Parts: sequence; structure tokens; C-alpha cells
Amino acid sequence: MMKQQKQRTIPFPMKLIVGFILLVIFFTIAMAFGAADTTLKEVWLAIVAQGKISETVTMIREIRLPREIGAIFIGAALSVAGAIMQGMTRNPLADPGILGLTAGANAALAFAMALLPSLSYFGIMTSCFIGAAIGAFLVFGISMVQRGGFSPFRLVLAGTAVSVFLYAIADGIGLIFKVSKDVSMWTSGGLVGTSFDQLQIVIPTILIGIFIAILLSRQLTVLSLSEEVAVGLGQHTLLVKILLFIVIIVLVGTSVALVGNLAFIGLMVPHMVRAFVGTDYRHVIPMTAIFGACLMLLADTVGRTINAPYETPLAAIIAILGLPFFLVIVRKGGKAFS
Amino acid sequence: MIASSVIRKQRIILLILIVLILATITASLGMGASAVSFDRILPTIMGHGTFKDEFVLFSIRLPRIIITLLAGMALALSGSILQSITRNDLADPGIIGINSGAGVAISIFFLYFPIEAGSFVYTLPIVAFIGAIIATILIYIFSYSRKEGLKPVRMVLVGVGFQMALSGLMIVLISSSDNRKVDFISTWLAGNIWGTDWPFVWTLLPWLVVLIPFTLFKANRLNILNLNEPVSIGLGISVQKERVILLIVAVALAASAVSVTGGIAFIGLLSPHIAKQLVGPRNQMFIPVAILMGGLLLLVADTIGRSLLGNISLPAGIIVSLIGAPYFIYLLFKK
Repeated sequence: MMKQQKQRTIPFPMKLIVGFILLVIFFTIAMAFGAADTTLKEVWLAIVAQGKISETVTMIREIRLPREIGAIFIGAALSVAGAIMQGMTRNPLADPGILGLTAGANAALAFAMALLPSLSYFGIMTSCFIGAAIGAFLVFGISMVQRGGFSPFRLVLAGTAVSVFLYAIADGIGLIFKVSKDVSMWTSGGLVGTSFDQLQIVIPTILIGIFIAILLSRQLTVLSLSEEVAVGLGQHTLLVKILLFIVIIVLVGTSVALVGNLAFIGLMVPHMVRAFVGTDYRHVIPMTAIFGACLMLLADTVGRTINAPYETPLAAIIAILGLPFFLVIVRKGGKAFS
Repeated sequence: MIASSVIRKQRIILLILIVLILATITASLGMGASAVSFDRILPTIMGHGTFKDEFVLFSIRLPRIIITLLAGMALALSGSILQSITRNDLADPGIIGINSGAGVAISIFFLYFPIEAGSFVYTLPIVAFIGAIIATILIYIFSYSRKEGLKPVRMVLVGVGFQMALSGLMIVLISSSDNRKVDFISTWLAGNIWGTDWPFVWTLLPWLVVLIPFTLFKANRLNILNLNEPVSIGLGISVQKERVILLIVAVALAASAVSVTGGIAFIGLLSPHIAKQLVGPRNQMFIPVAILMGGLLLLVADTIGRSLLGNISLPAGIIVSLIGAPYFIYLLFKK
């Protein structure tokens, strides 16, 4: 009872608004800081004004703006994918990077670059979808064959093994076809060189994915309690699961196509968000999207400034930020992991 | 008592493994980018070879083969120890973050310390050991709880987390340095056996010469540690002390191997398992088999990697992962 009352004191729309304000603040910070110092006024001009004003303004508009917009959407996509996976598998450690999706997309990317060098951006994205789907099928397939499903511990280990395998394939292809430089440029490049052309494809895809996720969030909440409850409440669990699965693959595939490998963000954000809005996925998913975007903006800003003018890869920053979370979750999980 | 039939079986398996290793060495000597034909190998070893044959055999092939063999052995022994002390069949120096700890230390050492050509070879295993032991201590601290003692399962999970974060840290280090050094580190990471000269043999050999007998001497303790904690204490073993000593041995073995071969996962997982299936779970029985098995596996992987595709050589680490990962998944299924 106490808990319910406490939640009622701050209504969800208010929290959502606070989230949006935070997002705007982080966006402003991300736009203003970087290798080339800029003022807030120039940032404002870059977004609002038309035509050519000064070189700094053009720089912000052509380089920093698409990049930070990319950060917002990728952060949202990966975090929502993580939230869905955690709900679906009822596993607090689920994350696209840990469960083989990123590695699968990576291997597919290597294949695509080796065999079809002149692939368009859309083609690359499609191959990432296929790869992510294969990686996920391998991990979840292994876990579903086992009666009663895998324990979280087993699922993580299976994910690690599948990931190692797929990374080895990607490395091997890279070496054999002499495309390892291109592949690693792509997969560790982070948000460097994001262009508006890419965003035109990426943004609608991610928006549709998140939209479907929000539509299905009620079903996801029920599913996250237990499979039996979901069936008992008359839910078509298989259909819901398949739809959510497709959403995950689309979100992760798109993200890998744009930024490469990012583990941990999908793990961290949903856990942070649950501390604020509880476990109802109707609240968790929108909040996760906003928080994920904020975190990604922050990580990208740190990556650009910590060692300027060189870039520190985003993946590394997020991996280091993510470790404490992982440790806390493992600790709290206690008896669940045996 | 150990049944004599088991002992006989172990002897036979050991013999077969030695024969297989010798066969692989012979095959491996003749294969690779600059081939020495098979009928030239024997005369060359006897001292009747041409200069070219001698050079290829003694300065290029042989040291590499010996290093691969030794590294495989060290990793297998390390994996065997880890599996026994954590009571977890899925423990492996690569998976639980020891390799990446060594990797970070080597990256730091390589990037920020002046390197002297002469002593570099000998300091590298020590640096790797320091890095690996720090990582292991951290993993141990985070998976230890005062109430429940060391939870083996948690240790593996924490290790997986550390492995990811340390790889991240390594990327940060690499990206903040100049390109020439980066090339070396990235091939190192892929598990390429790079230390292919006699000095590397001398850095690796002492570790094994000391630690293999030591581990076999401790085999009975390992048997008991592999049961559960109350039983071990009841049998009069100071569990913490034994566990820490053996953990340090395992880390030292893995670190010395990794410092010359780069990140190779799964050898430490596979070989003890195969060995246990062949001769049963007694440590004094399966450890010798596992050691030879590890050497054989890595040697085969390296030979395949070097010769499968003609001029392009694939790092042994990749081949091992391609074979090892499916096996790991099979193990997950079986349990």
C-alpha cells in the first residue's frame, strides 16, 4: 500500500516531462562541447537559422547535429530492446550485447562487406537485421529446447559462447577477404560520420519499432510476470512474443548498422528506469527510451571530449560505465543464479 | 583406491596423445608459407640439410611449434585447476576475465613504458601475471560474500562482466595511442601466436616445469575442493588458503601462456572436459591427459590456421573459438 501511494504522489506524465527536460539539457550540453569549442548562441543558430552564417555554425549543423540526433535514437532503440528482452525472458541480465544479437549483426556485416562490397546503406542495414536475427535465434533457440527454459546464468553463458563464435567468424572473414579494417572501422566507429542520409532511414525504423513496443507494453507487463498468468488472462502469448522478437531485431539491427557494437546500455537503462517508475512496462518503455537517449548523449560527449581531438570509442565508455551495474545486478540476483 | 584398469586406460590414452602430438608436429613442420618437403625433414634434423631448410626448421617452425604446445598445456592446466576450485565445469581463463586482465596490463606496458629489446621478452609474462592477478582478485572480491563464501556461479558471471569492461578499457587505451603500436596489440588480441623465437620458449618453459608437478602434488586437495565446502572443511582442509594458492597457480599459468600467444579462449575449457570424459573426474588421473590434450588442440588449431588458406594465416585463437564455442554450447545442453 505504501508503495502505491508513493507512486501516486508524482504522476507518470510529470516524470515523463522531467525526462524530456533532462533530454533537452543533455542535448544542449552535447551540442556545445567538443573538440572545437562553440557557444550556445552558435548552437541555437545552427538549429534555427537558415542559410550560411559562419563556419562554426556550419560545422555544428553538418557534423555535430546529425551525430547527436543519431545518439538519441540509438540510445533509445538499444535501451528499449534491452527492456523488452528483460521482460520477455524474465531475466535481469538480458541485453542485446550479451545475448548474441550484436555479434550476429557483426558477423553478417562482415559477410556483406566481403561478398557485396558495393552494398547500399539500406542493404547493410538489412544484412544486420538478418545477422541479429540469427544470433538471437541461436541463443534463444538453445534456451527454448531445454525444458523449463534456461536459468539466467545459463542464458548468459550461452550468449557469451554464441557471441565468441560469431565474433570469430567475423574476424576470420575479415582476414580472409582482407576487409577487417573496413569491418572494424564500421563496428567500433561509434557515431563518427553519421550523416543525415543515414538518419533518414534509421529514424523512421526506430520510431516504428518503439511505437509497436509501446502498443504491446501491456501484454509485455503480463508476460513479464509469468507465462501462465499471460495465458490465463487470455493472451495470445506466441503472437505477442513473435511481434516483440521482431521489434527487438529491428531495433538492434538498425543500431548495429549505425554505430556497431554497444554492450551494456540495454542492460543498464531499464534497471535505472525501474527504480523510478516501477515495473509496469507501459511506463518503463517510454521512460527507457528517454533515459537511453540521455545516457547515450552523455557517453558520446565524454567520448568526444575526454581525449580531444581524438575520439574515445563509445563502446568502451559504455562498457566501463556498465560494469558496476552488472555487478550490482549479479549481487542482488543472489539465489536466482544457480 | 584407483582401479588398475583405470590406470591402464590412462596410460594408453597418454601414449596415444603423445603419438598424436608427434604426428602433428611432423605434419606441422612441413606445412606453412615456406614449405620444407617431408623427405627433407629427417635429414635436416640429423644435420644434413641445406641452409634454407635448416633456417626454416630451426628458427621459424620449431620454436613456434614448441611454444604453441607449451601454451596449450599451460592453458589446459589452468582451466583444470579453475574448474576444480570453483566447482564449475564452465570455468575457463578466457571466459572469466583472466585473459582480458592480462591484456590490459600488456597494453599499458606496451604503450606507456620504454621497451628494451633485450628484456622485453622476459618482463612480458610478469606484466601479464600482474594484470591477470589484479583482475582475479577483483573478481574474487566481488563474487565472495561473507555469509555464503565463494559462490562459483557468481564468480563466472562477475568474470563475464569484468571481461567486457576490461575489453572496453583496452579499447580506450588503444584508441589513445599511435598506430604502429595499435597494430601489434590488435593482432595480439585476436590470439595470434606472435612470440615465435627461442627466447619465448625459455620464458614459458620454467612456469610449466615448476607448476605441473606442483599441481599434480596438490591433486588430492583438488579432488576434495571439488566436493562441497563443508565436506572439505570436515576433511581438515583450510579451504580458503588452498583455494587462493591454487587460484594463483592457475592465473600464473594462464598469464604466462597468454603473454606469448594472445587471447585464446576455450582451450582451458575443452581439454579438461575431454579428459574427464576419457578417464573420469579424479584430478590426478585427468590432469595429465588434459595437459597433453590442450597442447595437441592448440597445435592442431595453429597448424590449420597457418596452412588452410595458403598465404593468409588465421590466428589460432579464431580457429579455437570456432571449434570451442559449439562444444561449450553442447556442454550447456547436456547438463
